[in-house]
Amino acid sequence: MAALAQHTLAAPAPAEKADGYWIGVWRRLRRDPVAMVALAVIVALILMAILAPYLAPADPLRGQSLRRLRPIGTAGFPLGTDELGRDMLSRLIWGARLSLFMGITPVILAFFVGSAIGITAGYAGGRVGTVIMRTIDVFYAFPSVLLAVALSGALGSGTGNALVSLTVVFVPQIARVAEAVTTQVRQRDYVEAARASGAGPVTIVRVHVLGNVLGPIFVYATSLISVSMILASGLSFLGLGVQPPNPEWGLMLNTLRTAIYVQPWLAALPGVMIFFTSIAFNLLADGLRNAMDVKQ
Amino acid sequence: MLVYLARRVVYTIPILLGVSLVCFALVHIAPGDPLVSVLPPDASAELQAQLRALYGFDQPYIVQFLRWLGRALQGDLGTSIASGRSVTTEVVTAVGYTLRIAVLATLIGFFFGSLFGFVAGYYRGSAMDRIASFVSVLGVSVPHYWLGMVLVIIFAAILGWLPPTGKGDESSLWESFRHMILPAVTMSVIPMGIVARTVRALVADILSQEFVVGLRAKGLTDAGIFRHVVKNAAPTALAVMGLQLGYLLGGSILIETVFSWPGTGFVLNNAIFQRDLPLLQGTILVLALFFVILNLLVDMLQTALDPRIQRS
Repeated sequence: MAALAQHTLAAPAPAEKADGYWIGVWRRLRRDPVAMVALAVIVALILMAILAPYLAPADPLRGQSLRRLRPIGTAGFPLGTDELGRDMLSRLIWGARLSLFMGITPVILAFFVGSAIGITAGYAGGRVGTVIMRTIDVFYAFPSVLLAVALSGALGSGTGNALVSLTVVFVPQIARVAEAVTTQVRQRDYVEAARASGAGPVTIVRVHVLGNVLGPIFVYATSLISVSMILASGLSFLGLGVQPPNPEWGLMLNTLRTAIYVQPWLAALPGVMIFFTSIAFNLLADGLRNAMDVKQ
Repeated sequence: MLVYLARRVVYTIPILLGVSLVCFALVHIAPGDPLVSVLPPDASAELQAQLRALYGFDQPYIVQFLRWLGRALQGDLGTSIASGRSVTTEVVTAVGYTLRIAVLATLIGFFFGSLFGFVAGYYRGSAMDRIASFVSVLGVSVPHYWLGMVLVIIFAAILGWLPPTGKGDESSLWESFRHMILPAVTMSVIPMGIVARTVRALVADILSQEFVVGLRAKGLTDAGIFRHVVKNAAPTALAVMGLQLGYLLGGSILIETVFSWPGTGFVLNNAIFQRDLPLLQGTILVLALFFVILNLLVDMLQTALDPRIQRS
């Protein structure tokens, strides 16, 4: 009997199977031109963030009061200068670092925390699951923007607090999806079979549940990145996230607001970056959902 | 059905309790002493203790929470530290302003969203569908605070057709309306994208069902089929619209900041930067309660509208 249990646990090679699945997803994704363009834009943005010191023509923090608010196309300043005379192009390039970091990190953190909570609740089920999910429902009952602003407002402005607030906003959303998928998987025959052959809950979750639920949760999480980018820059726009003089697109939009009568198009530039990033993440998430054939 | 509705109402009570607990906790996760903004910097220890007792901060958390909840249930949300006025008055005034643009935005968004969604779903796979779908992706991807700025740049700074910010002279209906246009249009983009997505999926799903084929075979005209599609899509579309109104009420802070619109977002912003914690707490509580209750109403309305839903 013991030999049989060991045999059933050791027999499937999940790593190989999972590999094949992801290769299939990639093959389908590659045939989706919209998703590939979106992916290229995202890779370019990430490269821009990493290579900012080499790409930016000027120091993003040093300005000169003599050359404030120069228009787009000024010699030496292709995208003009901001309200403190700093080179806009350099600030937009450097801005990718903080903006992408602030937008993506909360979703990654929430992916781990939310999955852990949701899978636990879904696998435990019963009273434990209900208690966990009702607690999650309380946070879900707040509109996301309100919860993010309320938390960062109470915690005080700053990068760390903004990250914490955004993570708290996304954890319930991911946990709900994770719980729903886990509940479905838990009722499958193979889980029942594993339990009957004596596997403990930790083994079942690790071997049989994780591989089947992480995919759908991952797709859902990628669809949150676009929202997270907009919210994170929004917090900085309100003065609650990244603090001056650091370059961040939302914050730049805020400080340039006073200049809309002087250099209207210059003031709108940082928003264009947020917009493009957000569209790219949205389209990639859509493509990924189709490629993985997850119905939502 | 009555049992379902009753159960739905009862189920909302623990959520409401949880939401108020979160709002209460907000003041206590705030760094520093909650009294710091009312205390003079050189206050003696005695005065501090006195004030602490006066505000009830010397009591255990659970006592503080129950007291606060009891007062909130009677409509007393405390006193704003910055203005010295009742938080309830401030919030109620602000909610009125936010509701105005949120309702207008929901209507605009619902109208155009259903239009785009319907066309896209009806002519699925056509160029029209692709354009409508792309517009709805733009709608959900655009940072609305930036869109607000762009609209101000175009319609106020360059063309000079509309006022850029503020609520205008309220004695003139036309003037107030003119001030509402830009914030409402900016806000409408979010529900527009979401409604368009939902309606497109609904219409495509309904058209692929057998009863539509049956109706066609029976010789019903396109207009007749259209009526059936609308009837089938309406409950879900209306539910989405209701939820969107709730999101807009809570999510208006960024847009209100761009347009200096004196609604809840504006109050919230002031409360945060003046560290006016009672005002922050009160505003968030009212907005969150609005959202929870709106969810409940939408759910009930949907059950009432759609006889197919038998939830027991």
